[in-house]
This record gives sequence, C-alpha cells and structure tokens, in this order.
Amino acid sequence: MRFLLVLLLLLAPLTGRAQDAFSDALPGLGGGFAQQAEATDRLGALGDPRAVPILRALSDGRLLKRPDGTLLIREGDRVTEVATGAAADPAGAEPLRINNRVRQALRGALGRLSLVSPDPAERLAAAEAVFRSRSVENIPLLEAALARETLSRVRERLELALAASRMASPDEAAKRAGIAALGETSSAEARGILLEARATNPALAGEIDAAIASIDRRLTIRHAFETLFQGLSLGSVLLLAALGLAVTFGVMGVINMAHGEFVMLGAYTTFVMQEALRDIPGLAPWSLPLSVPAAFLVAAACGAALERGLIRHLYGRPLETLLLTFGVGMMIQQAVRLGFGAQNREVSSPPWMQGTLELPLGVMVTQNRLWILVFSLAVLGLTVAAIRFTRFGLEMRAVTQNRRIASAMGIRTGRVDALTFAFGSGIAGIAGVALSQIDNVSPNLGTGYIIDSFMVVVFGGVGSLAGTLVGAMTLGVVNKMLEPFAGVVLAKVFVLVAIMFFIQRRPRGLFALKGRAAEQ
Amino acid sequence: MTRPTLTRRAALAGLGAALTAPAIRPSMAQSAPIKIGVLHSLSGTMAISETALRDTVLMMVEYQNSKGGLLGRRLEAVVVDPASNWPLFAEKARELLQVHKVDVTFGCWTSVSRKSVLPVFEELNGMLFYPVQYEGEEESRNIFYTGAAPNQQAIPAVEYLMSADGGGAQRIVLLGTDYVYPRTTNRILRGFLNSKGIGNADIMEEYTPFGHSDWQGIVTRVKAFANQGKKTAIVSTINGDANVPFYRELGNQGIKAEDIPCVAFSVGEEELAGIDTRPLVGHLAAWNYFMSVQSPANTEFKNLWQAYIKNPRRVTNDPMEATYTGFNMWAQAVAAARTTAVDAVRTSVIGQEFAAPAGYTEKMLPNHHLSKPVMIGEVQADGQFNIVWKTPTVVPAENWSQFIPENANRRRG
Repeated sequence: MRFLLVLLLLLAPLTGRAQDAFSDALPGLGGGFAQQAEATDRLGALGDPRAVPILRALSDGRLLKRPDGTLLIREGDRVTEVATGAAADPAGAEPLRINNRVRQALRGALGRLSLVSPDPAERLAAAEAVFRSRSVENIPLLEAALARETLSRVRERLELALAASRMASPDEAAKRAGIAALGETSSAEARGILLEARATNPALAGEIDAAIASIDRRLTIRHAFETLFQGLSLGSVLLLAALGLAVTFGVMGVINMAHGEFVMLGAYTTFVMQEALRDIPGLAPWSLPLSVPAAFLVAAACGAALERGLIRHLYGRPLETLLLTFGVGMMIQQAVRLGFGAQNREVSSPPWMQGTLELPLGVMVTQNRLWILVFSLAVLGLTVAAIRFTRFGLEMRAVTQNRRIASAMGIRTGRVDALTFAFGSGIAGIAGVALSQIDNVSPNLGTGYIIDSFMVVVFGGVGSLAGTLVGAMTLGVVNKMLEPFAGVVLAKVFVLVAIMFFIQRRPRGLFALKGRAAEQ
Repeated sequence: MTRPTLTRRAALAGLGAALTAPAIRPSMAQSAPIKIGVLHSLSGTMAISETALRDTVLMMVEYQNSKGGLLGRRLEAVVVDPASNWPLFAEKARELLQVHKVDVTFGCWTSVSRKSVLPVFEELNGMLFYPVQYEGEEESRNIFYTGAAPNQQAIPAVEYLMSADGGGAQRIVLLGTDYVYPRTTNRILRGFLNSKGIGNADIMEEYTPFGHSDWQGIVTRVKAFANQGKKTAIVSTINGDANVPFYRELGNQGIKAEDIPCVAFSVGEEELAGIDTRPLVGHLAAWNYFMSVQSPANTEFKNLWQAYIKNPRRVTNDPMEATYTGFNMWAQAVAAARTTAVDAVRTSVIGQEFAAPAGYTEKMLPNHHLSKPVMIGEVQADGQFNIVWKTPTVVPAENWSQFIPENANRRRG
C-alpha cells in the first residue's frame, strides 16, 4: 500500500505528459539496436511502472513484432498488443532481438524502475543496476529510495549507487561526497569509477587519489586472501588426485600408472549416475552426492581386480609393475572411449555449486571450488580415520611394516594387499566425482593428473598422508602466487624446477618416515 | 639369415597380391574409387571440435556418391585418427598419401597440426583443404585455406568491440591457448590496437596450455584489469575443451557480457552444445557463418546435415560450413579439370565460385584463400548465435597481415 502511494506521488506531476511520452517511446523498441537502446533509456527516464513488464519482455525475448510493426507481448500462452493490451494473434510475429548495448540500457532502465519494488531482492538488484549505469538523473530517485529503505544490506548498495551517480553530477560538492563514500568501500568497481573520474576532474585529483589509496589498502588484503583461496583450491584438487596414490604408492609401494584412469572412471560414474537418475524426480538433485559411494565402489572394484589379477604377481619388481599398469591404463582409456565415445561428457553442476560466495572483507570465492576444498579435507579425514582407527587399517599398517611377522600373527596378507589397493583406487574414484565439476569428463581426464599426483606424493614424503596434505597445499599456493607474474605455463615450470632442487636436497620429501619402515 | 626372410617376404607379398587382386577387380571394372582422406582428431583435447568435421566430410562423400560420384567414379573416404597429437598428424598424413594414395585430404583444426603436416603435403605433392580460421602468415601451393584469414575475423571483431554497438572497449584482454595460432593472432591484434591508439598498458595478454581447467586466477586478474576506469573486453583464442571450464568460471564469477564482453574466435555452436549458455548470453563470437543465417543454401546445408546425422537437433558451425564449401569447390574443380591429378586440380580450384550457406557467393582467390563475409554473433540462451553485425559484401582474404612489420615488403591479396 505504502509503495503504491509512493508511486502515485512520484507519478502525479507526470501523468498528463507521460501518457504521450510513454506511447511515443514504445515504437522505438521495435527498431534497430541504437533505437532500441534510446527508447529504453527514454522509458526508464519516464519512471512509468507500465514500462516494467514491457522491458522485461524485451530482455527475455518475449516481445514480438508483427510485420506491420505492431509490438506484441507474450506471457505464457497469452499474446497481447503492447499499445492497447488487447489480445492479439501472434501469427507471423518474430521475437525482437537485442545486443549488449540494448541489454546495458535495459539493465539501467529496469533498475531505475524497480527501485520502488516491494521485493527486497529486486530492490537490491535495482541498486546494483543503477550503480553500474550511474547517471545524474538517478540521484533524486536514489535519495528518495534511501529515505524509504529499512533493510541495511539494500541501504548499503543504494548508498554506493548514490555515490557512483554523484560522480556523474556537475556539482562539485556532490562529487566530493561521492568520492568520500566510494573511498570507504573495498569495491574494485568503485575504484574503476574513481579512476574514470580522475581523468575528467583534475581539480579533484588529490581527493580521488586519497580515496583510491584507501580502497587499494583493502583490496590488497582482499586479493591476498583470494590468491590464498585459489591456491588452496588448486591444492585441494591436487590432494584429491594424489590421496589414492598416497595409499597405493606411498603405503604399498606400487607404482600405479593407471591411477589417473581410476580418477577418470570416477568421473564417468558421476556421468552415468546423473543420466540414470535424471528421470527420477526425488533422486535427480542428489545424483552428485550419490555418485561418491558409487564412484568409490566402481574404482575400488577395478582396483581389486587389477591387484588380484596382475599386480600381485609382480610385487618387488617396480619396473615391470610400472609398464604393466601403464598398459592397463591405456586399455581402460580406450575401453571408455569405445563405450562412451571420444567426445567429452557433460556433467552438470547442482545449483548450490554455482556462482560466487562473498565472505567478509569482500573476498569472493566460487562455490564449486569451495565445496571441493571442503570435500577434499573430508576425504582426507576419512582416509586417516580408516587407517588409524579400523581393524583393516591396523592390518594394513602391520603388513606394510613387516609382512612376514604380520603373516605369522595370522593376518591374511594377500587379502590385505587387495583391500589396500582397492581402497586407494576407490579414493581415486571419489576424486573423479569432484573433478567432474571443474574439468572436462573425457577419456584423457586422468592423464592430466597422474604426473601432478606423483609429484605431490614424492614432494610430501612417500608414505605420509600429512606430507601429501602439506605437499599438495604448498604446491597449489606457490603455483597461484607465481601465476600473476610468470603466467600459467611458466609458473608450472618454475614449480617443477623448484621440486627438482628440493628432492635433490631432501630425497625423502617434506615428511620423511623414520625408523625401520623407511628402510624398505 | 637375410635371404630366407627376404624370400618369405616376397612370397607373402605375392600371396597378398593374389588374394586382394580379385577383391579389387569388380570395382576396377567401373574404374577405381576416388579416395578422400579425412585427417581430424577423433580423440584427445581437440575431439570436441574436430569430430563434427569428420562427419561433414563423410556426409559430403555420401552425398556426392548419391549424385553419381565424380567423373563416373565412386568416392571413398579414408578416415584416420591423429588423436590431437601434433607429430602424429604428420605420420598420418604420410600414411594417407603414401599407403592409401588419397586424391585429396580434408583435415586439421589447430595451426600446430597444419604446420606439422605442411612439409609432408609439399614433399609428396598432396592436396589439403584446411577448413578453420587461422592466423595467416602462410601460403602453400599444396593447401587451400577455406577458413578466415585475420582480416576476415580477428580484426573486424576487435573493431566491433571498439565501436559504439560493441560497447566502445578501450582496454583489451587477449587470452589464448599457448601455440602458434593465438600467439600470431595476438601479435597482429597488438599491432592493430597500437595503430588505433590503444597502448600496451591497456592490453593484457595471457596464455594457457591445451586442456587447461583452473581458470580462477586468470578470471580474477581479468576482473581487476577491467576495473581501471576504462571499458574492457576479452578477445579469446582459447581452443578446444579448455573453453568449457573457462566459460563456467566466467559464469561463476558473474562476468556479464554487458560489463566485460568476451569475443571468441574458436567457439561455435558445436562447442556451446556441451555447456549451459544462460549465464553467457551476450558474449560474442566472430565467424564467417552462423547456423542462424537465413539463406536457401543454409537451409539445404542444415537439412542435409541433420538428415545425415539422423538428429534434427544437431547444430552446424563455421568450420563445418568451410569444409562443405571447400568440398564443393574441389568437386567443381575436379569436374572442370576432368581429372583428380593434384596439379591439374590446383589450377582449376582457383577461381571456383560457390553459393555458400553463409548466404554469399564465395570465390577461391589465387592466394589459395577465399573471399568471405564476416559476421559477429551474440550467444543466446539456446546455444545459438544472434547475428548483431555483418559485412555488406564478401571480404577477400589477406593472409599476410599488414599489422606485422616483416610483411611490409610482401605482395598483398
């Protein structure tokens, strides 16, 4: 009710003239891109709420044009004439197309018009849009909106938008107020606006520079955190890929070149689960979480088969094992290529893994990376728990430390070998589920990770899970810190060279095992 | 030791000849088939783009055969898989020319693969039709380039970004995969931008390996680069499946086309088929053909393709159209020369004209490149492109760019 009143008050002095101006502006929406943008600006400036559904329709491709030039609007199955509101026949009408210029105008106009919306989410979006379009005409609208606004997070956005709009004003005092307000933010966009203003306002250069410096201080902290997060995120991917290898190579000493293929099998399991559950309404959104146990089982089964069928005959012969598993890896790759085709498969991300999350200090992190970081730590925790606290873990450690005594104690060492290998392979499968969210699901998926995985395990210290964690995270963060200076390709080269020197100095890696186990 | 082996080999060869001869004879009666080599990656990082090109050639072979073949002979495709492995491209090219004795080859996508096969085609005097836009700076008597040269794609696209309709960009980010095509194209673009008054401080250039998947750092840096008070745009020469995580990261980090438009030179309808395009609406691609072109030739092309692939929703794209156009020009040239001999066909291909699906009559120029229209499209929510700009007529290819200083003394056109 209050909003309606406000609307009426806003419109009262305009209605008479606006009527004609509104109808005058409409046909422009059916013209070329430049005309469309101009008509949109005019409609936005009029402040007539009747324009909102029309502009929304144009933005969504629901505004049609008949060959005679009449504009129609489609709402579900209903098609009406824009000018009269009468039902119309859509035969022969084509949807109007827009380009970025029109889209930009639409965002500004819709932003202006929905500053009075009763929905706080819409007001927030409107404030954001007005912030980006920044025009002097918005100042009174924003002041009015601020006077009404009660929600603090919308107020914050509105104040920012007001400051940005003031920068476009010819009034020196207004600009000063704008500069001060923008200088208190930690927004990179605000910095951009200030820089732009600096070029046209030499008189205000000192104040602008001070404001920019103040933003920069906060931005530096923010960028440091973002780089750290990106490094940890890369590290978490490395950790996931290397964890299974830390078990099969680190604990058992088997050089498994097919490790990457188990990761790839996990990713394909995710794809199969997604397709299988697609038509089951209750389960479809859960396909990704459900893929985790499924991928574990698939990869573990393949791992057990590989160990029992081939690898166990070659214990103590690392070179043969390497060649054998390399061959098996190529066979798995080719089998997947035959089964699923060489083309990449699309695994979609659930909505909770899309978009960005804003943390305090304005640090932006992408949801999918955040989840993978959490997930990798959870998988590490479970792996450690399984080795430390379960009967299977105890037997595994016993067999690794001294096979013959373990056997004398009644442990079936062969079974433990198979289970350990299956366990390591299963973890690789789980890694595949996570990688399906950030990489392409293709038969070559695993090849890209095998080298990195070995690098992490060797760097961290063979046989140490803590070493794998620290190794992966160190490599990730160092890589991301180097990237801005050296570029993606060179950063990786530098990291490789650094590891070579490191291994020369400490052949056992970061966390060297001590005692008898290390001697084997 | 050698003697018995030799005799055994000779005996085997004789036996082989005796066995295969009767199999060949029936077709020999109507004269041997014309062999068409297909040299596209069917696996590896480029399979996302190249598989459709193999299918296009196979479709054309089938179509030509349904029209009675060429010169009264049947056409036969020989497909090999170089697996996105550049040295393997050269080996497979040699195999096509020496073992299979193909009359013409359609193949390659990346420039590095073309550079790898070029010496083979020149040495063995083969004929290659290369269907993808590329960086120019090349002219081989054994290759016909049916994709765009830089002046038919890269330069007009950047000009558009700098125009009022394109947003008036004053700062440009050049992102590419690390190999010859992006590096040369970006060198040309840098020269062009400098000539338009955009200094090196306003250009950011970064390269990533093939199949790169971790784009968070780069996209964050692009955002920071864009917030310097000047309108910024991205020019992407990213190739292959690295595009999927790249666009996913753009979407996740909320980079909207209204703020930082990204124009891609190697992303078409086929590449977009694998991703959710809703967050990408408004990002651009520059090509010489889009599936959404309205022309009778395009309707014919689309119908032919969708009928061949038995899927009414399969998309077409620019390199497929270039393959189709190249194939038709070659067929016309063979018909005119009344032979498939490489030297005769080469002279006959030049000057061939074809009403291409792009809606214009394209012509093979003496520099082995085509005259083509240039189009810029915006990504739509349905994965198609909305053509927002195009040239009024065809543009002749300049394979030696005027924006590379070393080319100053070369002939043009």
